[in-house]
Amino acid sequence: MTTTTKVFEYTPGANLPPGDDPLHGELMTLNMGPQHPATHGVLRIVVTLDGERIVAIDPVVGYLHRGKEKSCETLGWHKFFPHTDRLDYVQPLMNNIGYALAIEKLAGIEVPPRAQVVRVLLMELSRVMAHLIYVASQSIDLGAVALFFYAFRQRELAYDIVDAYTGHRMNNTYVRIGGVYADVDEQVSAMAARFVEEFPLALDEFEKLLTRNRIWCDRNRDIGVIPRELAIAMSLTGPALRGSGVEWDLRRAMPYSGYESYDFDVPVGSVGDCYDRYLVRMQEMRESIKIVRQALERLQTVKGDVLAEDRRFVLPPKDKVHGSMEELIFQFKVVTDLRLPRGEAYHGIESSKGELGFFIASDGTAKPLRCHVRAPGLMNIQALPRMAEGRLFSDMVSLIGSMDFVMGEVDR
Amino acid sequence: MEALLIAVAKVVVIFAGMVTIAGLMSLAERKVSAWMQYRHGPNRVGPFGILQPLADGLKFIFKEELVPEGANRLMFRLAPALAAMPAMLTMAVIPVGGTVVIAGREIPLSMTDIDIGVLFLLSMSGLSVYGVILGGWASNSKYSLLGGLRASAQMISYELTLILTILAVVLLSGSLDLRAIVAAQQHVGQWNIWYQPLAFVLFTITMFAETNRHPFDFAECEPELVGGFHTEYSSMRFALYFLGEYCAMTVLSCLAATLFLGGPSVPFWPAAPWYVGVLSLLAKAGFFLYLFLWVRWTLPRLRFDQLMRLGWKVFLPLALLNLLATGAVVAFTHGAQ
Repeated sequence: MTTTTKVFEYTPGANLPPGDDPLHGELMTLNMGPQHPATHGVLRIVVTLDGERIVAIDPVVGYLHRGKEKSCETLGWHKFFPHTDRLDYVQPLMNNIGYALAIEKLAGIEVPPRAQVVRVLLMELSRVMAHLIYVASQSIDLGAVALFFYAFRQRELAYDIVDAYTGHRMNNTYVRIGGVYADVDEQVSAMAARFVEEFPLALDEFEKLLTRNRIWCDRNRDIGVIPRELAIAMSLTGPALRGSGVEWDLRRAMPYSGYESYDFDVPVGSVGDCYDRYLVRMQEMRESIKIVRQALERLQTVKGDVLAEDRRFVLPPKDKVHGSMEELIFQFKVVTDLRLPRGEAYHGIESSKGELGFFIASDGTAKPLRCHVRAPGLMNIQALPRMAEGRLFSDMVSLIGSMDFVMGEVDR
Repeated sequence: MEALLIAVAKVVVIFAGMVTIAGLMSLAERKVSAWMQYRHGPNRVGPFGILQPLADGLKFIFKEELVPEGANRLMFRLAPALAAMPAMLTMAVIPVGGTVVIAGREIPLSMTDIDIGVLFLLSMSGLSVYGVILGGWASNSKYSLLGGLRASAQMISYELTLILTILAVVLLSGSLDLRAIVAAQQHVGQWNIWYQPLAFVLFTITMFAETNRHPFDFAECEPELVGGFHTEYSSMRFALYFLGEYCAMTVLSCLAATLFLGGPSVPFWPAAPWYVGVLSLLAKAGFFLYLFLWVRWTLPRLRFDQLMRLGWKVFLPLALLNLLATGAVVAFTHGAQ
C-alpha cells in the first residue's frame, strides 16, 4: 500500500470581500453556542458573517470536557467501562465493546463465539439507534418536526430491546472484558426479531417523507461538499467519509468480532454533500437490520458461554462468586487490581460516527499508563470550517447535523 | 345614537370572536401537532384542554418582562403592538355574513362597510411587517436583527404576489368592495376558485410567507436564529407576537375564503339564514387554518435565499401572467359594453 501526501491550501477568510466594496459593509461576528438549539450539545462556533453569508467559522470544542481519559488512569482498567458509556452517549454499548476489544487485544483474550454474536447484535442495534438520532435531529433542525418524533418512536422500540436485555435504557455498561455480562434470552431475541421485521417499514415511511421531498433536497444537496481527497486528508471516517465516495468500513477492512462472516453492503455516496451523507446513513440502517437478522439466526445455533474463561482478566460468573471463596477473590482482583500485560494496543471499531478507536498502554501494574480515545466526531468538526466557508448562515444547521457528532465523545 | 351602538356591538363581537379563534388556534396547533406526532397534547386544563389558551395567557401576564440592555426601549415596547394590530384591523372589512334584520333594521354583518375594502386590507398587511422589523432591530441582539432583516425582505417580496393575485379577483368581480366580491359568487359555480385556480394556489402559498409561517418562518427560524426577531421578548409582549401571528392566520384564512370560496355564502342553499352563513365562512376559514398547521408539522423549512428565488422568479411572473390573462379575458368579454 502506498500513501501520498497532498497539501491543501487553506487560508481562513480567503472569501473576505475587499474593504471598499459598497455592497459589503462591516462583518458581523456571531457567537453560536455553546448553548444554541442547533449545535447538538455544547459546541461553540464563532461565525463571521457578511450579511447572511459565512466568511469564516471557528469551532471551539471543550465545553463538555470531563477528563475521561485521565479518569481511566486513576480508576483502573475495569472501572473505566461505565465511563465509556458516557463518551458517545447515543450508542453506549458500542463504546463498551470498542474498549473491551482493545483490552482483549492487549491481554490476548479469546472471546467465545456466542459472545461475539451477541456483541454484533448489540453493535448493530446501537448503530441503528445512533443513526435514528441523526435523522431525528437533522429533520428537526431543518424544520420537519414530525419526523423527529417518528424517529424517536422507533429509537424507543430499539431502546426497549436494550432495556429488556441490560436493564437500562442508556449507560448500560453491559459489556465485560472477555464477553458480555449475560446471555440474550428468548424474550429479548423475540423483541429484536419483531423490531427487525417492523423497522424497515418505518424506514420506508421516513424516506417517503424526506428522500424525494423537494425542500429536503434543496436544503441538503450540494451543501457541505467534501471532495474525496479532502475527506481523506481530514481523516474523516464513517458515513462522512463514505458519503464522499470512499469505500472504507472497518467492519470490512479490518474485521473484528466476526464481521467477516456476515453478509452486508457498504453504501457509499458520490458527491459528498449533506444529501449523500443522509442517504448513506439511511442505507446503513437497512444494512444494520440485515446484520441483526443474521445475528439473531446465529443465536439459535451458536451456543455456549458469553464470557471467556480466563480468571486473570475476566470476571467469574456471578452465581459462582456467591458460592465459592476462590471465585470471590478472582472477582475482587479483577475489579480492583486488574493487571494487563506490559505493552500497548490500539483497536478501532466502526461506530456509527466513524472509526472509534481505543489506544491503551500498560506498564504491567494495575494503574493504566495511558488510555486514549480516537473520537470520530472530533475529525468531523475539523471539516466544518472548510464546508461552511462561503455558504449561507442557514446552511450551518444542515452542516452541523450532517456531520453528526456527539460532544460527549468529542470533548471526552 | 343607535347606529353608534350597533357599530360598537359589531366591533366588540367580531374582535372578540377573532381573538377567541386566535386563542383556540394556539390550542389547535398544539393538539394537531400532538396527533401528528403520537402524542396527546394539552389535556389537563378543562375538558379536552380547552382552557389551555386562557391558562397560557394568565401565565404570560405574570411573567417578568425583560428589556435587554442597549435596546431601544420605545421601539422594543411598541413593536409587538405594531405586529398584532394590523392583523386585527384587517378583520374590519371582511364580511362575516349576509345581513341580519333586528328590530326592523338591516344590519350588514361586517365591522365596516367601506367600498375600498381590498385597498384597506392591502395597506394593513403592508404595515404588519413593521412590528417584526422593529422588534428585531430594537432588541439589540444579532439573532433578532438577522430575523428582522429576513422578515422585511421576505414580506416585501411576497406582498407583491399577494396583491397581484387579489387584483385578478378584483378584475373578475369589478369591485374593490369585499361585499360585492362575495355577492358575485353566491353559487358554488360562481366561486372564484374555478375561474382563478392559479391565483388561488399562489394566494394560498403566499399566505404562509405573509404570516411568517412554516415553511417560510425564517424570521423565527428556531434552529439557527434561536427565536429570530422575538428572541429577546418575554411575558405578554412575546404573547402579543403570537396573538398577532394567529390573528393574521385567521384573517388571511377568512380572506382566502372570501376571495375564492364565496365567503359566507352557503353551497347549494342560497336562502340560508345568516347564522349558517357565518358558520359556512368559519368552516371555509377552518380549512385554511388546518392547512397552516398541517404544513407546519410536516414539511422541512426552506432556506432564505430559496424562498426569495421562489418569490421573485416563480411566483411573481406567474401572478403577473395570470393578471394579464385575466385582464385580457375581462377586456374582451366586457369591453363591448
